[in-house]
This record gives sequence, structure tokens and C-alpha cells, in this order.
Amino acid sequence: MDKQHLIEELITIITPYTEEKSALERVGENTDFIKDLKINSANLVDIILDIEEKFKIEIDNDSMAKMLTVKATIEVIESKLQANAG
Amino acid sequence: MDNNRVVITGLGICAPNGTTIPDFTDAIKNGISGIKHQPELERLGFSCQIAGMPEFDEERILRYFTPLELRNLNSTGITYGVIAGLDAWADAGLERNTDDEPDWDSGTIFGTGTSGIDKFRWAINKIDDMDIRKLGSSVVVQTMASGVSAFISGKLGLGNQVTTNSSACATGTESILLAFERIKSGQAKRMLAGSTSDSGPYIWGGFDAMKVCTFKHNNEPEKGSRPMSLTASGFVPGSGAGALVLESLESALNRNAKIYAEVLGGHINSGGQRGLGTMTAPNPVAVQRCIKLAIESSGIRSDAIEVVNGHLTATSKDALEIENWKNALGASSGNFPYINSLKGMIGHCISASGSIECVASILELYEGFIFPNINCEDLNPEISSMIDKNRIPQKLIHNQFDILAKASFGFGDINACVIFKKYKNG
Repeated sequence: MDKQHLIEELITIITPYTEEKSALERVGENTDFIKDLKINSANLVDIILDIEEKFKIEIDNDSMAKMLTVKATIEVIESKLQANAG
Repeated sequence: MDNNRVVITGLGICAPNGTTIPDFTDAIKNGISGIKHQPELERLGFSCQIAGMPEFDEERILRYFTPLELRNLNSTGITYGVIAGLDAWADAGLERNTDDEPDWDSGTIFGTGTSGIDKFRWAINKIDDMDIRKLGSSVVVQTMASGVSAFISGKLGLGNQVTTNSSACATGTESILLAFERIKSGQAKRMLAGSTSDSGPYIWGGFDAMKVCTFKHNNEPEKGSRPMSLTASGFVPGSGAGALVLESLESALNRNAKIYAEVLGGHINSGGQRGLGTMTAPNPVAVQRCIKLAIESSGIRSDAIEVVNGHLTATSKDALEIENWKNALGASSGNFPYINSLKGMIGHCISASGSIECVASILELYEGFIFPNINCEDLNPEISSMIDKNRIPQKLIHNQFDILAKASFGFGDINACVIFKKYKNG
């Protein structure tokens, strides 16, 4: 799965969690979930559960703590997908 | 200390026989039952397989909750409470606060017995299945007792006291008195009072096991809840929510609000589980004291009370309640007020009962009617020996009256009594 495709999947997942629809249209690698999309921090765990389900991966607590931006999240997803493939 | 007069300016309801004020008003005037056979209770082997639950379509819920909230919402009590609470707020002519600044003058005291019992079950099963990490963020806010007041407050932007009271079947009436005190003392201008109760086998099961619910009417649900009847054989469980906007008279007049009624006063106490009082039985000394002190705090004579909305659950305790009212009011058989029980139509809505029944009481005062008691055509002779049977109307009475007393009694030997008065421009 290429990076652009991953970002698109991620946007689909986070859409219900944000009211910032215009910021959502400009999502890029550097987008911060809390600062830019004003996502309630309590909902970050729900987003991670949705990611786990979508990509059929399991995300450990250390990785979870890093997943505050699109870039970091994509990196975690990619590494878990690779681990699965390997 | 301020001593503000307190009035009711908004009503909301989510009851087994009506989930809007017009539908509910129509139902209680016409004695329409909300009790139905519940296949799930039958499947689970309950003794009592009938119950009352509010009914509304899924589209209705979309008006109160965001799609995100709805994704994991599994708390009937929160759903009912939010519907009743937001409807009461709108009925009072108040807007949802969309400012960044909280509405410091408005708060809520919205009670419940349990919260999100189905959500709790789901979470417990996940944990036991070694799936703790799958719980997500929605378990705490739906299973904390104050979940209902927290949801309501967030939607309205309330900045005054936001809390949940819990006093078993007295919860709803207590919430009104707590809100009343807060406004009376000048600490808030407006308080959304009310209470809610979850639906379903996990909330009703404990009562079924205690054998306090009837098992004799599974084939005739609408006849099952029989307050004051000779054939009363236990209560029928119910659920739902009722909500009332309480407001200082000054605030209501300033904004030219519709005023349904005035809260004159009330009293809350406990029998201490002493004397005849136990965890589950009321101490009559405390019940009578509660009613007397409610009247005293309202500055009226006991013979000014024209209508009593009883607790009257359809158990063997109904006759004792009548005796308590009679003694507390110092009334004779003939001059006892009219008395009715909504539980004949909707069953016993546990922690929601007091607020739902107070909404019914306010509608009676405001519109000038006394709703009929249903299912007591075979009046308990123990009751008719104490008060004239014409005091227990079985047909709708159109009658303008001024003062109504409402009481609720709960497990733990606790009592709450509130006195409402028709408001007449001054």
C-alpha cells in the first residue's frame, strides 16, 4: 500500500472525530491531530482501535504514544504492516 | 441569603406512554398504558415478563447526539435523559449555548440509579475476554453515574453546578428539591432538574429476583400495574426520564417565559432504617414527618392540598402509604385530597419515577385536570375503609386546582415530598 493511499485511508478513519472540516481538506504529513484537527485527546485511542481494525495490525503502547501526527501514524502503520508481511 | 421564588418554565419527557409533552399529556388524560410484553424478559426466564419502555424511532436520536457519540452509545438511561433534558430546555424557550463562555447562571441536577448498565456489561465481557485494550474511550463517560448530567451539560454549555443525585426511587423528586434550593438561595438562576433510568433485564433483574414485581399479568400487560387495587401483586418495572427547568421567578419574568407552576417548598428525609423502617420498607414516622415538613416549608395549611400524586407502586405497601398521607394531612375520609398514581399506566420507572410523575403533576396543575387511576376498579378495601372512593378518580376529571403534593419513597428508607402551586401572575 503506497503512502498516498495510506493517508487517504487514515483521513477516512479520522473524519468522524473532527469538526474542522476545512483543516481536514488540507491534511498532509505534518498535520497534528490535536492542534490542527482539534480532535479530543480521549478519542485518539478510538482512532487507534479503528486503525487496528482497518489494517489488521496491533499497535503497542509505545507506538501509540507517538501517533499524534499523520506522519508518525503512517510510519507506525507501515512498520506494523511490514512486520506482518515478514 | 436570598430567598427567591422558584417556578417551572420547561418540561421534557421520555416515558413509556409518550416521549413528547403533547403525546404524554394525551396519554395520561386518557389512561393509556405504556406497559408491554417483553420477549427478552420471557426468554431469560423472568417471573415478570412485562415492562414499560419509552419508544421512539432512531431518527429522533439523531437530533440529540452527534454521529460520533452514536457510534458507541449503549446507555439507554443517557439517551432518555438527554432527550427529556434537551426538550425541557427548548420548551422553556432557552437556546443551546453556542458561545465559548459557559452559561454560569445555569446548571443541572440530573439523577439516576445506575448508568449505562448495558455498556458496563459489554465492557466487563471484553475485560474478561482479555480484550481490555478494545474498550475505547466511551466506557467511562457512559458508565459513570454522572454520565447523564455530563452529556446534557456539554450540549447546553452549562456553567453552574452540574451533578447527578442518586436516592433510589426518590431520585427524581429529590433532584427537583435540590435544584429548588440552589435557585432559592441565589446560587443559580436556572437549573435543569430531572432523572433517568436504564431499560432492560440487567436493571430489572434484581427486582425480579426480590419478588417485588408482579408475575400474574404476563398475558395482559396493560392490566399488570395495579396501584391501590385489591389484586395489586407487585410493581411492573419501567424506564425513561423526566426533566423540568426550574428558574427564579425574576429570571422567568425578565425573559417573559411561560410559567407552568411554582415550587412552593418540600422536604427530604430518611427513616434511618429504625422503627418499622428497613432497607426496603419505609418508616411511617419519617414518611409522615417528610410530608408535614414539606407543607410547613411551603407556608400553607395541609387542607390547602387538593391533589396528591402518590408513590403508590402496586404492592402491599399502597395501603400503608394512604394511611401515612391521611395522618400527615390530618384528613378525614371525605376531605382527603384527590389521589392518583401514574404507575398504573407506566409501571415503576425506578430512579426516573419521581421526575416523570412530577412532569405529569405539573401538567395537571397547568392544564387543570386530574388524570385517571387505571387498574383499580377493584379498589383495595383496606384503602376504601380509610378514604372515600370518590377521592381516587378512575375517570379523567377536568378541574382547575391550585396545590398539588407529590412524594416519592426509596430503598434505603428515604423520602422526598414537593409541593407545587398553580402560578397566577403574582
